[in-house]
Amino acid sequence: MAIYSTNEFKGGLKVMLDGDPCSILENEFVKPGKGQAFNRVKFRNLKTGRVIERTFKSGDTIESADVVEVEMQFLYSDADSWHFMVTDTFEQHAATPAAVGESAKWIKPEDLCTVMLYNNMPLSVTPPNFVVLRIAETDPGMRGDTASGGGKPATLETGAVVRVPLFVEQGELIKADTRTGEYVSRVKE
Amino acid sequence: MRSAGCWRPSASLQVLQARARMLARIRAFFDARGAWEVETPLFAAACASDPHLQAIRLADSPWGPRYWQTSPEAHMKRLLAAGSGAIYQIYRAARAGERGRFHHPEFTLLEWYRPGFDHRALMVEVDALLRALLIEGPQLGLTETLTYRDAFQRHAGLDPFVVDAAQCRAQLAAAGVGLSAGAADLDRDGWLDLVMTHCVAPHLGRAGPCFITDYPASQAAMARLLPGEPQVAARFELYLHGLELANGYHELSDEPEQRARIAGDLAWRAAHGLPPVPVDEALLAALAAGLPDCAGVALGVDRLVMIATDASDIDAVLAFPVERA
Repeated sequence: MAIYSTNEFKGGLKVMLDGDPCSILENEFVKPGKGQAFNRVKFRNLKTGRVIERTFKSGDTIESADVVEVEMQFLYSDADSWHFMVTDTFEQHAATPAAVGESAKWIKPEDLCTVMLYNNMPLSVTPPNFVVLRIAETDPGMRGDTASGGGKPATLETGAVVRVPLFVEQGELIKADTRTGEYVSRVKE
Repeated sequence: MRSAGCWRPSASLQVLQARARMLARIRAFFDARGAWEVETPLFAAACASDPHLQAIRLADSPWGPRYWQTSPEAHMKRLLAAGSGAIYQIYRAARAGERGRFHHPEFTLLEWYRPGFDHRALMVEVDALLRALLIEGPQLGLTETLTYRDAFQRHAGLDPFVVDAAQCRAQLAAAGVGLSAGAADLDRDGWLDLVMTHCVAPHLGRAGPCFITDYPASQAAMARLLPGEPQVAARFELYLHGLELANGYHELSDEPEQRARIAGDLAWRAAHGLPPVPVDEALLAALAAGLPDCAGVALGVDRLVMIATDASDIDAVLAFPVERA
């Protein structure tokens, strides 16, 4: 396992903090001209998502976390697991509903997701940035209403709810941005 | 965040021109006040012994071991001992391992010395300089002077002259500062530095320049101690917008005392696994020959340009930061 010193800390580095895998968000160097140097570091706990701030003496070290991000295809979900596969090796991984989290409402079988593995176990799942999904349910739009300021909620086939323009109808395909949860456009079949 | 391999400067040309005007104003200020500009070596056989300053050692020097100076202090004191009178320098200092939003390993220091001044008299001149230089930015508020003790009591509720590690730890915890396990082996001044950087400094100089004076003797560095108050050093710092801008002393001129402090620094370095550094015998010889009674100060020019141009990252005032140099 690699060891990182504070001067190697940078955004995105995966390290162990209090026994949990964390990702470094920010590293601020503080030092009085004539005094001890410190690093004020912000971490995201990759298990809980919580942000932690911790101050280190500059030069202190911390262990790396065995965390890798792998692109996998979503296969199916059953009662207690979501199943993913690395397409070139056919290696399969089962993620808990907690690891899939909010991503569950965006993905359907065959979508390519980024699965973060910690000690080879799925820790989190990131959906594709853009997904094309069918509208399962939305109220009929008002005829002739072309004002863009309006909009209405639409429930997608995977469960996500997004605001769509009034002219978009139930059964249509739309493109959505999973990072913002926003409607992007209508998609022609 | 910091990209390598880019040929362009990281500062805009407008900011670099503001920097050029700042340097011109510095020279005009001292020219009008009768101090003359000197130039001293970047590389020397000795370096500051200060345990928290790591000089960069030249790996391939034709003259034997050479250190890039962390400040021009030693050489300027040798000039003072030789009878220079009031002198100033705009110097490119370097300190290993210092990199962040407010730190860059090589940086520009304005350092000057005033024979016949004590630290209080020099603070008045620092304030005048600051007001002469920061004419492009927003109006500066009134100048405030606080002792180190008052600043700690006001912003952390602690007396730094009596506080112990446990009280510092408790205050930091109350302020929501989480500490790594490595903090456990900080010494007392290390704890004070933690409280200073995390709880006190961010509040200093919010309205106008704020001078902090009367540092604990354990943080005297190269300042003399106050007559009759050996626990207090004749040292000051200047803060503006929470940023440390300058550090000054009523200079220690006593050679045996200076030699003892260097020995203390070297012992601290050895105990903390830091490399030893050569004792600056030339500086000690200059003190023995007679350093005139004087006060001196070093001011961070890059940070001053940051304030003048409202920059939040030092890279915005440097033409070519180390990653793209």
